[in-house]
Amino acid sequence: MSTLDNNRLLKYYEAVNEGCEQAMQEDDSVFLMGLDVDDHKGIQGSTLGLVDKFGPERVFTTPLSEDAMTGVAIGAAMAGQRPIHVHIRMDFLMLCMNQLVNIAAKSHYMYGGTVQVPLVVRTIVGKSWGQGAQHSQGLHSMFAHIPGLKIVAPSNAYDAKGLMIQAVRDNNPVIVMEHRLLYGTEAYVPKEPYSVEFGKSRVIKNGNDITIVAISSMVAEAIKAAELLAEQGMNAEIIDPVTISPLDSTTIEKSVKKTGRLLIVDNAWLNCGISAEISARVAESDIITQKVKIRRLGFAATTCPTTPSLENVFYPSPKSIAIAASLLCDPSNTWEPTEQQCELAYQKNFKGPF
Amino acid sequence: MNEYKPVDVRLYEKVALIRRVEEAIAEIYPSDKIKSPVHLAIGQEYICAAIIEELLATDYVCGTYRGHGVYLAKGGDLNAMMAELYGKKTGCAEGRAGSMHLVDAKQGVIGMSAVVGTGIPVAVGHALAIKQKKQNDVVVVFMGDGATEEGCFSESINFAAIHKLPILFVCENNQLAIHEPIEKRWATPKIKERMATYGIPAHQFSEPDIFSIYDYAKTHIERMRQGEGPAFMECITHRWSEHVGPNEDYDQGYRSIEESIAWRKKDVFLSLGQSLDPEVRAMVDKRIEQKIAAAIDFAENSPFPEPEELYKYVYA
Repeated sequence: MSTLDNNRLLKYYEAVNEGCEQAMQEDDSVFLMGLDVDDHKGIQGSTLGLVDKFGPERVFTTPLSEDAMTGVAIGAAMAGQRPIHVHIRMDFLMLCMNQLVNIAAKSHYMYGGTVQVPLVVRTIVGKSWGQGAQHSQGLHSMFAHIPGLKIVAPSNAYDAKGLMIQAVRDNNPVIVMEHRLLYGTEAYVPKEPYSVEFGKSRVIKNGNDITIVAISSMVAEAIKAAELLAEQGMNAEIIDPVTISPLDSTTIEKSVKKTGRLLIVDNAWLNCGISAEISARVAESDIITQKVKIRRLGFAATTCPTTPSLENVFYPSPKSIAIAASLLCDPSNTWEPTEQQCELAYQKNFKGPF
Repeated sequence: MNEYKPVDVRLYEKVALIRRVEEAIAEIYPSDKIKSPVHLAIGQEYICAAIIEELLATDYVCGTYRGHGVYLAKGGDLNAMMAELYGKKTGCAEGRAGSMHLVDAKQGVIGMSAVVGTGIPVAVGHALAIKQKKQNDVVVVFMGDGATEEGCFSESINFAAIHKLPILFVCENNQLAIHEPIEKRWATPKIKERMATYGIPAHQFSEPDIFSIYDYAKTHIERMRQGEGPAFMECITHRWSEHVGPNEDYDQGYRSIEESIAWRKKDVFLSLGQSLDPEVRAMVDKRIEQKIAAAIDFAENSPFPEPEELYKYVYA
């Protein structure tokens, strides 16, 4: 993905960390706040070392107080600062909803363009090892519903750094939805600061038979599924929207025009979610003229359970993605990959506890 | 702040401007020219007038949806406010705010919110930015007694106290949240005592003594400029108007006219006005009436925003 000459592999959390660090170097008004950002674990490594580099005035913990702390970050942003507010799980953003939805999203509009809220909210979605009901939610669609907010979902280390830098440079409130299971994954990440553009879907892999749109950690799962499909002679095109809002659906529509089949795999529930939005945009598309087959995969319509036997069937997997894609290509297909074929290293390696 | 005028004149100018603007709004309201719910602060003007008097242009204030007084006391543009109430393009938010979300960034008026208490942490954020930028400014945030029941109020006071932020919290305690009395909302109404437990100066003013309020605010604003951290003021007061709308509502049975009569006897607008040299007062009053007439004229003659402006300012 990198066009720069750089062969350095970086883990996702290291890329997040470097993105924060370089954003702070670039602009003195950037600061980082949130519970545990300055402790010895540093938000699973993603903020480690930053307090030593920038001092406690620019990197500091907060009382839990998520509601007020979000308001404080918004106020500081209005007054010319560029806060990065960190939450170790996305579920905690429910405590911030009032400030994010009623103030951050609306201020530029409601105050007639006289104020801006250049706020970054970093959040991490958990998965597996018993994360359960309140440490696992992908809530991006709730935020994508609200005009005035932006939400981005890096699926790899390269995007994690580039989106972080772009989020800080943006003059609007931006929610960065990271994924805990991706923290250990590696990608080539340039040393110098760079940004990943908002509102531009990325074609991860070209193909002609089916379009798979995958979000957040589901990109890795879809890539694995596509490998299995290829062995069966089915060539999937994989698209990562990269940013949930703004959403570049044109790239998706062009792909669907080519393949006539669309499988959307979300790291969230389906009901009223971004997968429904993408489906609607494809249905409304002016550039697609043929009949299109659409299928969606996401969280089961339940609360996330902790035990592996239930959790395994709660999430889409390379297996369920491959089967759904295969059936979309030909409803008479009876092929199913084995469990062994579907194993994903990053998922197997994660043992928690957090 | 204008050092060339005696303080009683300066305070009267503010109190009278707010009172007369509120009364003018109430008068216009039945015509339906004002396209916005209005929450009038008649009877409570003296609090923001006294506390804001010693602020500088670079300082910030944050009011509530009952915020006309705070906006005007800080020097917010009256023409832009009136035009905003009329929904006009020349309004302070180009017709996107109405009465409840007044803003004047140039005068340090932080945008106001209609969700009770939400402005408090936002104001604290401004104080944090001031400290981070090593500036000498201060923030004053106003709230009603209802806001003290919101979680973000206690959270904000705590954070401001931890970081010794330059912010003055002011509770205008009219003992009503819409129509519900404080006794039904707080186990004990000891707001000031609770705030003192955060280790910050906290003081209650049970009477509408504008000069005591002014002196206390002035002292603590100075303290804050020296980096000594936040303070809390609670001003017991009385709302003359209904919660929302241009009228009074003592006939509704949820509060008594007797209570109101006691407060009206202590009306700062009247007593302060009467204490001034009649000639000085007449001059002040005349200027205020001219300003209000001009603002109404400005609002009435301004255009509405064009429909194609709907999408302006969704994103910066």
